Amino acid sequence: MKVAITSNGNTLESKLDQRFGRCQYFTVYDTDTKGIEFIPNPNKDAEEGAGPASVQLVASQGVQKVISGEFGIKIKSLLDSLKIQMVILKQPEKSIQEIIDMLNH
Amino acid sequence: MSPRPFKLRRISNPPPVSGFKPYGGRKNSGRAETIFLNLEEYEAIRLCDNEMLSHHEASVIMSVSRPTLTRIYLKARQKIAEALVLGKQIIIEGGKIYFDSDWYSCQSCGSYFNNPFKQEEITACPLCGSKEFRAYNPDNNNDEEELSRCADICICPSCGYETPHRFGFPCKDEICSVCGNHLVRKRSPYFSH
Repeated sequence: MKVAITSNGNTLESKLDQRFGRCQYFTVYDTDTKGIEFIPNPNKDAEEGAGPASVQLVASQGVQKVISGEFGIKIKSLLDSLKIQMVILKQPEKSIQEIIDMLNH
Repeated sequence: MSPRPFKLRRISNPPPVSGFKPYGGRKNSGRAETIFLNLEEYEAIRLCDNEMLSHHEASVIMSVSRPTLTRIYLKARQKIAEALVLGKQIIIEGGKIYFDSDWYSCQSCGSYFNNPFKQEEITACPLCGSKEFRAYNPDNNNDEEELSRCADICICPSCGYETPHRFGFPCKDEICSVCGNHLVRKRSPYFSH
């Protein structure tokens, strides 16, 4: 299963980005193959519509779970209809490596 | 002047079927005509007629005002009646709505998560795998609050006796226990002080 984690950098030491639509990078982690991919977010400086565009991006990656600090009102209903699970983690100091370790529990 | 923005209606679950078809018509003239029942109208019927809630309670669940809920409900009944009487088929779709999903909070990692697959139950936290999670529902308290915030007062126009308004009971049917007059709503134009 693929999991998208919003991050503010493209290394495993980067921290969890608290925004979803305008995060710097999406970390796509595959729990089966343990593969990690960093995708730069093209909507990080968008004036508006960053959220729905980012949803499209993660959905096109086949992601089934998204981990971020916060989801906007537009995104919640979109992700809900796409049957993508949202996980809200309000801990900005957590690094991507720590979150991946948690996912492997 | 631009109109007020449309308020999205909250729907708890999509209907189990996407429509209804008539059968056994006398003259089968090919395809039956179609009535489109909006999802919000379906939800209003479900809450008011299946769960037997009052319009006020249903309006809080759908996060719209009570008059709006009544309007949606009336429209729904008219559409269903038209389909029944004229033998039209019903298709349930559309409407300005959003789905309300269940949220949980994990006790061990402090995360919040939702359940996108409503049929399946969540067995473990999707992040840390802990089983220490519980349902998170901030709306529950808000609903209660909202019901009490809408609370109104019935007042006696002659002596000023006040009593809390009961939902579903018209004020004019209530009798003042002091002087025996009919009560009126305190905020209504019939009462001026």
